[in-house]
Amino acid sequence: MAHAQTLTEADDTRFYTTEEHHPENGTLLGFWIYLMSDCLIFAVLFACYAVLGRNYAAGPSGADLFDLPIVAVNTALLLFSSITYGFAMISAQAKKVKPTLAWLAVTGLLGLGFLSLELYEFNHLIHEGAGPQRSAFLSSFFVLVGTHGLHVTFGTIWLVTLMVQVAKRGLGVEMKRRLMCLSMFWHFLDVIWIGVFSFVYLLGVLK
Amino acid sequence: MSAASHDAHHAHDDHEHGEGGAHGTLKDYVIGFVLAVILTAIPFWLVMADVLPSHQMTAVAVMGLAAIQVIVHMIYFLHMNSRSEGGWTMLALVFTLIVVVITLAGSLWVMHNLDTHMMAPMPHEMREVP
Repeated sequence: MAHAQTLTEADDTRFYTTEEHHPENGTLLGFWIYLMSDCLIFAVLFACYAVLGRNYAAGPSGADLFDLPIVAVNTALLLFSSITYGFAMISAQAKKVKPTLAWLAVTGLLGLGFLSLELYEFNHLIHEGAGPQRSAFLSSFFVLVGTHGLHVTFGTIWLVTLMVQVAKRGLGVEMKRRLMCLSMFWHFLDVIWIGVFSFVYLLGVLK
Repeated sequence: MSAASHDAHHAHDDHEHGEGGAHGTLKDYVIGFVLAVILTAIPFWLVMADVLPSHQMTAVAVMGLAAIQVIVHMIYFLHMNSRSEGGWTMLALVFTLIVVVITLAGSLWVMHNLDTHMMAPMPHEMREVP
């Protein structure tokens, strides 16, 4: 009773409209804003590469170094992992735990495949003497592509964490929200990769 | 009272997720995937098979296709539309795009200008530096 009275009093002192539209799900909007700030990090790294990408310091250029078939396989792996994550989300919507876990596992394996190919490429470049300290071009290349790879690494760790949680707790409301956040993160990384393979690899081989 | 409001909130949450404005259907994902595969295969083919007469044209085509593919991913995988979260995601996206364009165009412009004024040695001259 006393509680109700306080509420009415509080109502009287409100000086904002209660009908104001609230975003339906604060977490997803907040996560989207995080992704946008991440987008700015990548924009700065892309700008850095755009400025320094032709400063070879008499060293090897992109045309000498990049192996397009490997990049094509990497692109395919990331693209397939995007649609398998989509299938995991559809299974999660239908509250089917086993298919969700299976699709998440496939997504994780594709992510690991991407990472191992990228590490193989980096290792190969460094052993050829084309490490990050060779020229401004290679420094900016390693920072840009490495930052993307680091994001995929953390995305994979997050994915395994969610798989354990889904297996233990099933697909409640909060679990779907977490899966939705990782979904946005994962698809966002694929969007960044479009920029990387087009701008860095394909245009790098061109000239 | 508190429990009731909690329950109502819960039901509301469930309703939201059941309705799923931001969730894609199987059809969405498949359309997006097919478009993405096509838009990825074309630039790789253009560069690897050296189809177009000039490198400049290939570069423009590659960047154009990349821009289209980014939009395809945004619509079919990230389920962007002007209504989600009451338009706030779109607002954040537009703001980010403006900052990204200023950052990229500004950096390139300023640094190019600086290079010209410093009369930096051309790459072919750089190769002859001992």
